[in-house]
Amino acid sequence: MNTAPLLAVDGLGKAFDGLVANRDISFIVHHGEIIGLIGPNGAGKTTLFNCLAGFHTPTTGRIAFEGHDITGSTPEAAAALGIARTFQIVRVFQSMTALENVMVGAMLRNKRVAEARERAEDELAFVGLSHRADTPASDLTVSEQKRLEVARALATEPKLILLDEVMAGLNPTEVREASALVHRIHQRGIASIIVEHVMEGIMPIAHRMLVLDYGAKIADGTPAEIAENPAVIAAYLGE
Amino acid sequence: MTTGTNSSRKMAGTAALLALAAILPLAVTEPSQQNFLILILMGAQMGVAWNIVGGYAGQVSLGHAVFYGIGAYTSTMLLLTLGLTPWIGALAGGLVAAAFALAMGWPCFRLKGHYFAMATIAVAEIMQILVTNSDALEGAVGLYLPMDQSGWGVLIFLSKLPYYYVILGLLVLTVLVSWAIERSHIGYYFRAIKDEPEAARALGVSLTRYKLIALTVSAFLTAMGGSFYAQKEMFIDPGSVFATTISIKIALIAILGGVGRLTGPVLGAVILITIEEYSRTLFGSTGSGTDMIIYAAMIILVAVFSPSGVLGLLGDLRRHLPGAKPDTVKAEKMEIRP
Repeated sequence: MNTAPLLAVDGLGKAFDGLVANRDISFIVHHGEIIGLIGPNGAGKTTLFNCLAGFHTPTTGRIAFEGHDITGSTPEAAAALGIARTFQIVRVFQSMTALENVMVGAMLRNKRVAEARERAEDELAFVGLSHRADTPASDLTVSEQKRLEVARALATEPKLILLDEVMAGLNPTEVREASALVHRIHQRGIASIIVEHVMEGIMPIAHRMLVLDYGAKIADGTPAEIAENPAVIAAYLGE
Repeated sequence: MTTGTNSSRKMAGTAALLALAAILPLAVTEPSQQNFLILILMGAQMGVAWNIVGGYAGQVSLGHAVFYGIGAYTSTMLLLTLGLTPWIGALAGGLVAAAFALAMGWPCFRLKGHYFAMATIAVAEIMQILVTNSDALEGAVGLYLPMDQSGWGVLIFLSKLPYYYVILGLLVLTVLVSWAIERSHIGYYFRAIKDEPEAARALGVSLTRYKLIALTVSAFLTAMGGSFYAQKEMFIDPGSVFATTISIKIALIAILGGVGRLTGPVLGAVILITIEEYSRTLFGSTGSGTDMIIYAAMIILVAVFSPSGVLGLLGDLRRHLPGAKPDTVKAEKMEIRP
């Protein structure tokens, strides 16, 4: 049995030329955990995601996934290890149907088209998009495209999924559905880190919250602890 | 996307088309007209081969003449120096072109969109200059195939008919390879890379690996087309197989018909070669260069009116007909992203 945490980030920093987007961030994610990642605009949340998923090489620090150092690995290597992600601005494959989009994800583990299709059908059902399977992805609503990205990421059979603002722009009913979806992902044993501005969507389901401000971690705790944390309140409301 | 009845109907359509192509020379017996049909099949074969990398994978190459020329020169040199049959020579040409594609793709695929296209032009231009200045390859003088031999062994024929069936066979092979790719995970990955490369990477798709696969397979098939050209014309020089106009023609055939779809380049070849040949008879030798004017005009027309090619145009028309059922899969647009 692997005793190492699923993800261990240690002293991670990322600078673009002079601009420091992440500084000295350390945290741990356990198997199956739901982590909320919040912070004001420009706090470095998406940069952190990009470092974890292999899209950026950190300037300093280390990232370990199940005990293996993955600092500076490529996105495709990260995906193969079990880190999946969605994009803040949706990036569905426009020329494909919804089902085909998810098939591309499923092909990471199974190159046989027919089996990838079956797997993709299951994942579409999981996010509630079965009825849209043969619809061109470009014809889906933004909210559907976001769920499609989740299905596509899940089809890669990840151990950790990085969800970048999947609840943004949703109405209250849709936010509740999205929260329920994250909870069902957790029930499958998949850990998730969720960047979210929609507090009513993330606070009830997160096991732990990380708060970033100006690129640094200013708080790490349960949603209840975070809500009372003076540093967090200051970051959001100003002092 | 392909339901059972849909794909079986497609299969029947393809079989009918193939049967028609097989018996067509029985009706068209005039050598010049048979030659015209051969030119269409050659154009279609080039276009289908280009479509693998330029259409499905969305990596627009404007230097495919380099593979065409490598194919033509490899099989011809092997025939002239070793007496090797072009059947094997064409395969050797394909392998050399594939190896060349790997070597050029490695640095070129670090560039994206327009910059990749420009790099491919540069590679083809450099190659043309190198061959023009190579004594071993007879430089600008060119190479003549042996005039005193003929038959299936040397793939040289006195009549047009055998050439017709050879190029038809090569086109069928090229279409089959293309079709197999389209239906496998590789085809899905190509389209994913074309649509959203970053998202494809996040799903574990190595961009470099799959772009190289696309270019290598495309190069192999294009080179075989080049070998056929040499056999048919019995003379090659750098200007006739390495020229940039050939690169443009190859790409244009696919773009005109509709990229990213199997039948697009075939349709594109029929239209482009017909216009080209008619303009040639119309203007005669005074009209040398008219083909470039036509290419330019077509690029503008496609870009302005139908970025998804003639197939896309037909699809739009069908959708606008009363009682038409909307296509579930939209026509792909020709797009080069910076």
